[in-house]
Amino acid sequence: MKNVIVNVTLKSGVLDPQGKAIQESLNSLGYKEVQQARVGKSINLQVEEGSNLEERVREMCDKLLANPVIEEYSFVVEEAVRS
Amino acid sequence: MLQTHDIHPEQIERDKLYQEMGLSDKEYDLVKDILKRRPNFTETGIFSVMWSEHCSYKTSKPLLKKFPVKGPHVIQGPGEGAGIIDIGDNQAVVFKIESHNHPSAVEPYQGAATGVGGIIRDVFSMGARPIALMNSLRFGNLTTDRVKYLFTEVVNGIAGYGNCVGVPTVGGEVQFDESYEGNPLVNAMCVGLINHDEIQKGIAAGIGNTVLYAGAPTGRDGIHGATFASDDLGEDAAKDRPAVQVGDPFMEKLLIEACLEVIHSDALVGMQDMGAAGLTSSASEMASKAGTGMEMNLDNVPQREQNMNAYEMMLSESQERMLMVVKKGREQEIIDVFEKYGLQAVAVGEVVEEKVFRIKQHGEVMADIPVDALADEAPVYHMPSEVADYYKEFQNSGTPEVVVEDHAEMLKKLLQQPTIASKEWVYDQYDSMVQTNTVVTPGSDSAVVRIKGTNKALAITTDCNSRYIYLDPEVGGKIAVAEAARNIVCSGARPLGLTDGLNFGNPTNPQTFWQMEKSVDGMSEACTALSTPVISGNVSLYNQSQGKSIFPTPIVGMVGLHESLEHITPSHFQAAGDAIYVIGETAPEFGGSELQNVVHDKYEGKAPEIDLDVEAKRQQQILQAIKAGLVESAHDVAEGGLSVALAESVFNGAGLGLDATFSGDVTAILFSETQSRFIISVKKENRAQFEKIVEDAKQVGVVTADATFRIEINDAQVIEEKVEELHQLWKGAIPCLLKSKA
Amino acid sequence: MKFAVVVFPGSNCDRDMYHAVKEVLKEDADLVWYQSANLEDYDAILLPGGFSYGDYLRSGAVAATSEIMQQIKAQAAKGKPVLGVCNGFQILLEAGLLPGAMQRNKNLSFMCHQEPLVVENNETLFTSIYDQGEVVNFPIAHGEGNYFCDEQTLETLKANKQIVFTYKNNPNGSVADIAGIRNEEGNVLGMMPHPERAVEALLGSADGVKLFQSIVKNWRESYVANA
Repeated sequence: MKNVIVNVTLKSGVLDPQGKAIQESLNSLGYKEVQQARVGKSINLQVEEGSNLEERVREMCDKLLANPVIEEYSFVVEEAVRS
Repeated sequence: MLQTHDIHPEQIERDKLYQEMGLSDKEYDLVKDILKRRPNFTETGIFSVMWSEHCSYKTSKPLLKKFPVKGPHVIQGPGEGAGIIDIGDNQAVVFKIESHNHPSAVEPYQGAATGVGGIIRDVFSMGARPIALMNSLRFGNLTTDRVKYLFTEVVNGIAGYGNCVGVPTVGGEVQFDESYEGNPLVNAMCVGLINHDEIQKGIAAGIGNTVLYAGAPTGRDGIHGATFASDDLGEDAAKDRPAVQVGDPFMEKLLIEACLEVIHSDALVGMQDMGAAGLTSSASEMASKAGTGMEMNLDNVPQREQNMNAYEMMLSESQERMLMVVKKGREQEIIDVFEKYGLQAVAVGEVVEEKVFRIKQHGEVMADIPVDALADEAPVYHMPSEVADYYKEFQNSGTPEVVVEDHAEMLKKLLQQPTIASKEWVYDQYDSMVQTNTVVTPGSDSAVVRIKGTNKALAITTDCNSRYIYLDPEVGGKIAVAEAARNIVCSGARPLGLTDGLNFGNPTNPQTFWQMEKSVDGMSEACTALSTPVISGNVSLYNQSQGKSIFPTPIVGMVGLHESLEHITPSHFQAAGDAIYVIGETAPEFGGSELQNVVHDKYEGKAPEIDLDVEAKRQQQILQAIKAGLVESAHDVAEGGLSVALAESVFNGAGLGLDATFSGDVTAILFSETQSRFIISVKKENRAQFEKIVEDAKQVGVVTADATFRIEINDAQVIEEKVEELHQLWKGAIPCLLKSKA
Repeated sequence: MKFAVVVFPGSNCDRDMYHAVKEVLKEDADLVWYQSANLEDYDAILLPGGFSYGDYLRSGAVAATSEIMQQIKAQAAKGKPVLGVCNGFQILLEAGLLPGAMQRNKNLSFMCHQEPLVVENNETLFTSIYDQGEVVNFPIAHGEGNYFCDEQTLETLKANKQIVFTYKNNPNGSVADIAGIRNEEGNVLGMMPHPERAVEALLGSADGVKLFQSIVKNWRESYVANA
């Protein structure tokens, strides 16, 4: 079993009002060093091992997990820890 | 923290572990008497939630008995998921209000969201399609970051849930007072529509029938939510965070559709939602009402988490779950419907003859309790009551005078008080129009939803001025009911009945209990005078933080019927040239008024008086005038008095203004909160006829086309302002307060 | 003329759409559950608003991958009118039947009120009864109605007159005030405002009636032409 952590973010250049709100809020709390905040989502998949795992995850991202019009994605594959 | 069910019954008694679950020593002894042995851990938990105030009404029962609950149109009074009133044509309206105060204080988004979800389930579990939501909210003053956060997140939570589930949030009210600072109130009301032959009851009838569990799997959410809801909010309330449930409105939407489909099957015997105290209360109540017993095997209950013990499963308050009793052998028909919607429905037990509530897990009996002991034999307490000290003082000292120098400035100030100001910032976030029935959208005295396929509509309002109730619980209680009825009548509808959301402080304090007692007395009297029986309700006690109780806040949710769409009456003036009438004399009454709050920053003195005979007469005459087609607009006079009510009457962007003339005490005329008053506009040609019907009507001016707000008193122009300027102040006040730094 | 109102799990304006077509327009219509649909029998397909699949992941994203979308694409390819409103619009975007994507409203809040729109193109089968430039009032009710597309796509939309409705007072931050767009072929329209909520004056606006009438009128005319 593998853990796949997919990270979906808005493309740079696409306005992120939620990120902007977070940045302003952090600034007003006194964290003036925060110059930018971008909000994304992290999707954790537990995937059975297979030969073309990365290729299939990329397909999943293209087909469903990310919207290529506004979003981009990256992912890391880890060994799943047995619970 | 209690974690394991392996704790031995003797240890529960010895270490008084039952106290941590909310049972008193006396109650524990009563449990032992009933069982004729010591309860085990699971049983102790079951008794503690079933005997919590939230489920058993143990301290409020003696008061609730006072409410008039009968009426010629009442089909179902208090006791079921929600009350039902006949509206003719084989249709009936189903409604109830419920509080979610404590969860909202801890996690405002989810607390409010699950409050909405719970009240919707109460309505569709009766077989009714939910057609409207209302909510009644109370917060501290909008000056601290914490209050702003609570306010914003509660509104987000209501929107997040209600919008997704597809039931329009058509209105409500929001008030701000210091007393709610640490303990906000979140009361949600749901109204549903049903055909008489589709009414479901939560009963487990028919020995041998199958108990089906449907909806979301059970997790460890909100364990002890029911007892939590009945506790004081201490300083460490935030530590109780795991007790807050998370809502899934998508699941709820599917559950609504599936449940409203299965009610057409005669395989269904009874249905009840799993609300407070989850599986425990729904199962035991269904059996108790049917005079049967129930056996359940927890191994069959769908579970979201691993290794849950019986205690956790019985007390879990996971959301979006329903319990049904289905005819033996016909389970699959029901299961198929749920499967169509992608939902699980699983047999978890059966109805048995022996009046017992028996829970098994892993082949062991985990609880074995006489079923009536849980629902009917819960202890009832007659709490000591004592007249509040402050009340005696207020009654003796009279109301201190309020001096106003610049009346126009004061009007502007009042319009910007968050309790009076426009709530557009709130209701714009709610989908108020889905289901395409909303004739009058939020922001009027009552919301109005039409009933498709008929010429009828329903008016819905929530109301409660807790300042008056604090000053004088009995008079204030009368006013709460009367004002709700006023709102309904102004929209052109006949009040049908009400649901009460009783929010009070700590009932073990005799002076708080006295507030409860007296306000229920006052409400009951008004219910009788105005023919509005109480058909459902909810009690929330221990609303206090750091030992200080909230203002007594018995919220009235009222529903009225428009017998014709023609009767629907707006609250804003409609055309220049129309005559403006005020119904009711004005007395100098400032106790509990917004003016007192602004000038003296406190509430003191006597509450405004109310004569219920006068109230009933005026309401009845106004309704008669509306039905005769003589009324262009109607609005009640409430917080801020006549000047605020007149201003609100021109705040619809129609470019209208008004000229009004009065004589007498300027401050009283403009700002007194004397009860039973209305502002009504009438076409010139209808004046004589109108005056003939409405005895106390007095023309005070005319609607003008020049968008200017003019009031002349004792031959002097006291106020002359551009309507647009007043409108913007009123509209912008809440967004402005939210933006300003604390 | 027969309309299909496609119902996804979580759709919540399906009955409203059905009511508008069936009770107000007096045209034939069915509520069609997404799993059991055969869209071949219908003359027009309506994708109603709501929160399909809870709008989890992204609004409309999960519904866009459902099997029925293949049927909808096939019917659209035949030239049948397809109208997606609110969540229906979001589904059409996610499914690639229309270009662009939806983002959260500029102020991050859900908003619900009547909003004035401008009919930018009345030469479509959805708007032919409106006047060019006519201002109409439709309710909006969305949290993610902030339409986004890149500049190149916007140029194409403009060049092909694909922008059908714009907001008079842009409430949500949409690119070029876009409230509704059609595909290049002209038979697929997606819009955030709700025409089905604007078919009875009692509820505040009847400006949406002409949209449905346009669909019917154009269908009748083409039916007569083909007969």
